[in-house]
Amino acid sequence: MTTVVAAALLLAVIAYAVFGGADFGAGFWDLFAGGDKRGAEPRRVIERAIGPVWEGNHVWLIFIFVVLWTGFSEAYASIWLTLFVPLTIAALGIVLRGAGFAFRKAVTTTRYQRIFGGAFAIPSLIVPYCMGAVVGAVASGRVPAGGIAGDPVDSWINPTSILGGILAVTVAAYLASVYLVVDAARVGQEGMVDYFRRRAVVTAVVAGLVAGAGIFVLREDAAYVFDGLTTRALPIVIASVLLGVISLVMLMRRSHAHLTRVTAALAVATIVLSWGVAQWDFILPETLTLEQASAPEGTLGALIVAAVLVVVLVGPAFIWLYRLDQQGMLPEESVENA
Amino acid sequence: MWDIQVDDASLVNLVEAVLAVDVVTWARAQMAFTLAFHIILVPLGVSWAAMTLIANYRGLKHGDQNALRLAQRWSKYMAVTFAVGAVTGTVLSFEFGLLWPNFMEQWGEAFGIPFAFEGLFFFTEAVFIAIYIFGWRRLKPWTHFWTGVPVVLAGIFGSISVVAANAWMQTPQGFTLDDSGSITAVDPIAVILNPSMPLQAAHMLFAAYMVGPFLVASVYAVGLLRGKRDRYHRLGFIIAFTVAAIATPIQLGVGDSLARWVYDNQPMKFAAIELVPETASDVPETILGQLTDAWTVEGGIPIPGLASWLSDPSTGSATVIQGLDSFPRKDLPTVRQINIVHLSWDLMVGIGTLLFLLTLWYWAAWVFRKDMPKSRLFLWIASAGGVLSIIAMEAGWIVTEVGRQPWIVYELMLVEDAATANEGVVVTFFTVLALYLAVGVTTILVLRAMKRRFERREQAEDGFAEDDVPYGPSAPASVASSLEEGEG
Repeated sequence: MTTVVAAALLLAVIAYAVFGGADFGAGFWDLFAGGDKRGAEPRRVIERAIGPVWEGNHVWLIFIFVVLWTGFSEAYASIWLTLFVPLTIAALGIVLRGAGFAFRKAVTTTRYQRIFGGAFAIPSLIVPYCMGAVVGAVASGRVPAGGIAGDPVDSWINPTSILGGILAVTVAAYLASVYLVVDAARVGQEGMVDYFRRRAVVTAVVAGLVAGAGIFVLREDAAYVFDGLTTRALPIVIASVLLGVISLVMLMRRSHAHLTRVTAALAVATIVLSWGVAQWDFILPETLTLEQASAPEGTLGALIVAAVLVVVLVGPAFIWLYRLDQQGMLPEESVENA
Repeated sequence: MWDIQVDDASLVNLVEAVLAVDVVTWARAQMAFTLAFHIILVPLGVSWAAMTLIANYRGLKHGDQNALRLAQRWSKYMAVTFAVGAVTGTVLSFEFGLLWPNFMEQWGEAFGIPFAFEGLFFFTEAVFIAIYIFGWRRLKPWTHFWTGVPVVLAGIFGSISVVAANAWMQTPQGFTLDDSGSITAVDPIAVILNPSMPLQAAHMLFAAYMVGPFLVASVYAVGLLRGKRDRYHRLGFIIAFTVAAIATPIQLGVGDSLARWVYDNQPMKFAAIELVPETASDVPETILGQLTDAWTVEGGIPIPGLASWLSDPSTGSATVIQGLDSFPRKDLPTVRQINIVHLSWDLMVGIGTLLFLLTLWYWAAWVFRKDMPKSRLFLWIASAGGVLSIIAMEAGWIVTEVGRQPWIVYELMLVEDAATANEGVVVTFFTVLALYLAVGVTTILVLRAMKRRFERREQAEDGFAEDDVPYGPSAPASVASSLEEGEG
């Protein structure tokens, strides 16, 4: 049962990386889109793409937290006590980001749009960095078992955390640009298609370089995870590299934009998966195993029921929403103009 | 111009005084503030969808264009309040770990369970609100109507789930402890269906169906007072106020049952609510007044025997109420907390009664004159109804939570043992305070700006646009750019 819940936890982390990551990445491109004039067009594509998302992707994050505090409460307490600073920054960043996005679209004057745009875009960079740093802290064994605090500074300012942070930001930007290529194509903005494709290619290369350099960082700083990556998780690492290369080739050849979305998402998903498999069966590497940290059976059962219900109830609705967004309006006006 | 001399010493004193406040207090302050903020957005998420569906139904069934227009606009406002609620709710899930790590470590395995289901309902609500907003022009009218129903249901079950977790802190059960106090087995159903849950959940649910409708109705009441007496404004008021007028009398009954439940099951909290220092029968209901440090009641208006009588009408004024003196002092809230509980209670009951009388006026007008009350006095009170109902809800929540002190898990874990030891909480408290105030003010400004824009558009072209709000569908690129030119 512990394995099932841990797998669900890992899946939720992957979902947050793939869906939430793209939200943050869109904010990244919004931030670097340039001044009011030059940036207007890309920002419109970005706004359109995030529209249907609703901050709803934070549900994945909430789900991760709930599974952690309910299923693995000792690890949860240790993580929160140790990583108080980056987690606080992430929480505040999420408030600013969500509010900024909602408000920017609701106001019409450029001045306010700029202020709210900044409130949306800057945290879009900071929040994924903090999340990556937290993952780095856990992976490098800097969070002690026993519901106690580790070093409040070194735990998140260290080689693995910095690697995690930069990787999270780059990967988020990469995913967003790949998704936005399709979004731009759908609204027939050919200029924007190329705009985001160029950015996708650049971030793909950067993400690849960061990940490659990361191997050396991990060897020095996170031995257990490094060993895992080079042994039991090796096939997943190879799959991730292949998917990344395939996506890059398709991007450069300007073909199969829809398929590229899938391969790029899978490339990112496999990075997260390889981390999870590499530190298996520890939840806090080398100090606390999943089994030691896990809750009694009754609790795990309830978590599994909730997870299954999410898949069964929300899954189809999610697909429906996606199709509604893609589909045009009804031929006859369903709502008379009031 | 400013003739204020900043005395270095007094500034240092102030900073020192702030820093001298212990971490637990800051943690409680931050949790209380963020919850108090979030709890205002919750009723809108829970009950606005129901009001929107009523308007939508009317619009479709009777071809009522005003009703349809209301439903369309309400769904757009809802999108904004829902998004703000989503982020403030996410912050709360961070705070469990940031502020109460020891609580979560020891009790998360039981306390956490209801949140797994809350997450499920929140997810459902988010997806279906989006479908509903997208569906205005993409689904057949009745299909579209039905996509709103899951939003209503998810709101109801979501709030029940959260309240189940809070109720568990009041009446913890469904777990087995070993000698060291760690949880060894959990019965998830017993955790969710803990004794305090049914009435507490019902009370919160009807609170949501009061606050949301009173708040919406108060906006239209202001419009009516300003002379916007057209059918659209009347309808907006009537739909919202009718929902509130149905919920309010039921809430009175639920609240009464809950108070009696507290009398039976949480006598410490009840003694604080009713300000009863010593065990006695024929206890007066003291309105206002306060408990002194010597544990005597000072001031206030006592209504003889009423507290006893309300606690158990079958035994009347002979009903014995356990006083504060029958419990060890260390298990009780402090005198200051007791006074807060008592005054909050008075505030909640007072406002609740006032709103109940207002709804009686409303019903009487319908029964006798077949129309809503025309009086300006009625509209004046109704336009304050939104703020009043929020105050009543906040006060009720203070009664529940401060009345539980000093326990975080009733009679099992003290708040001070649950909190973080992190000295940095003082910094996060002030940051959160500033950030939330900014978000709160901006939310209101943005909703007003949307309203004005709707009105302008209505005058200009009388049209339905779906692209002018956050989290709605986007206009096709050509339309969007022409719009922008038009507005620029």
